[in-house]
Amino acid sequence: MTILLLFIFVLAIFLGVELIQKVPSQLHTPLMSGSNAISGITIVGAILAINVGGGFGTFLGVLALIFATINVVGGYLVTDRMLGMFKSGKGKS
Amino acid sequence: MSGFINIAYIVASVLFIYGLKMLGRADTARRGNLVSASGMSLAIVVTLLASGLGYVWIVVGLVVGSVIGVLAARTVQMTQMPEMVALLNGSGGLASLLVGWAEYARNPQADEFTAAAIFLAVLIGGVTFTGSLVAFGKLSGRIEGKPIQFTNQQLINIIILGGTVLIGIIFVLFPQTAFLLFLVAILAAMALGVLAVIPIGGADMPIVVSLLNSYSGLAASMAGFIIGNNVLIVAGSLVGASGLILTNIMCKAMNRSLANVLFSGFGAVATASTVKIEGEAKPITAEDAYFILEAASSVIFVPGYGMAVAQAQHAVRELADLLMANGAEVSYAIHPVAGRMPGHMNVLLAEANVPYEQLVEPDDVNPTMDVVDVAVVIGANDVVNPAAREDEGSPLYGMPIINVDDARTVFVLKRGMSAGFSGVENPLFFKENTRMLFGDAKDSLSTLVSEFKEALAA
Repeated sequence: MTILLLFIFVLAIFLGVELIQKVPSQLHTPLMSGSNAISGITIVGAILAINVGGGFGTFLGVLALIFATINVVGGYLVTDRMLGMFKSGKGKS
Repeated sequence: MSGFINIAYIVASVLFIYGLKMLGRADTARRGNLVSASGMSLAIVVTLLASGLGYVWIVVGLVVGSVIGVLAARTVQMTQMPEMVALLNGSGGLASLLVGWAEYARNPQADEFTAAAIFLAVLIGGVTFTGSLVAFGKLSGRIEGKPIQFTNQQLINIIILGGTVLIGIIFVLFPQTAFLLFLVAILAAMALGVLAVIPIGGADMPIVVSLLNSYSGLAASMAGFIIGNNVLIVAGSLVGASGLILTNIMCKAMNRSLANVLFSGFGAVATASTVKIEGEAKPITAEDAYFILEAASSVIFVPGYGMAVAQAQHAVRELADLLMANGAEVSYAIHPVAGRMPGHMNVLLAEANVPYEQLVEPDDVNPTMDVVDVAVVIGANDVVNPAAREDEGSPLYGMPIINVDDARTVFVLKRGMSAGFSGVENPLFFKENTRMLFGDAKDSLSTLVSEFKEALAA
């Protein structure tokens, strides 16, 4: 199981490198905030940390969930707001 | 049920991959962000199907986080976008730290692999958290933008880092007895984040934020290792890798290595230059500048951080429209590291409705700069400094710049004669074909705009 997770990790790193090779500089900010929103995926870990039993772990999980949600919601909305402003002069949106 | 959840996680991962790919192209970027957001929604919804969750608290967390996130995203001004991304990044890092801590609190008997993942999630998450906060402080002017350095700084950093690694080893071997050490590690990680970013100057923050973004992805990956969850590992490492690529693109644009950005304290001390600057700066009034612009048939705007500070992007667009109505060709030359954020200028000009076809990169304009009538530099300094080309003793030497000094006339809109972030004098200001238009960039541009309008009305 452990080795499988490491395998996935390494492959995904290579995929990420290949994915973003040539990016026009105008997209740097949206790409950064957009990928930043994806790193909010830790939200899944936060949800799973909040179990019925409660206790200190759950308390930390709730805190984690709040911050991860800010990252996810804020990140996607702000990226969308920025990208919504990029307009082409050729008339198409 | 867990089979279904895992298949949904695979779908979510695919959506992230497609989303990121689409984000890299101008015409698909906005849809790409939506694709990635739908992947995130899917991952969240299926996670809620897992058994044994405390739903009340989950709803509380989701609601509180969403309200803060929505408010922040709605109210932030476009000029504050760099600070905003730094803050969002910091909260992502903190979340990964807390996930790691929560898992440790629940299961102190973790095996070596899980303990290592917990430790790394906490370490990387902590560095990301405080590093992003310092970057936020520097970007928003709450912390001194100049590099903060003190004696033995590197030594202290190495000692803290070494101590943290040592704690990490002990923690991985004896997780159940190392609770106090774990707390020390959290504090050490946070201290490292602060110490790593304070010696870096304000203008290098774009690179720092980009690098910290990469870290926050890695922290999420580590959180994925803790709970054995593939979607965290895949999404986190995608961000980790793409963040590194973006960081590298920006370092190249400045002709500096990442190590130089992180450790050199660039801009803290002005290096002795070998070339003596001769001549004197020639000021020009807005009225005279108007007559030159009125006669120009091609104009290039070169914006920098000063345009963001003066909030002058709308005034620039207005002037550009009038110039085009006057028959001139207008474009905007954007240096990749102009501003305090990669693509900062593009975002501001887009806010002012400048079509992106008019935005050009240095390599595209430099070869034809000599046929440009007027280059208007708005609050940019280091990215148009000819010393980068001519003066081997300059710290900027070798950085690709926009060669505005090749244009027939250069206007520099600037508050005063102060040096740029690098602390390097700019010989451009003293060149024969350069005219300084002193004052607030927005006021200067507005004066030019009204000159044009009066001329049209007359």
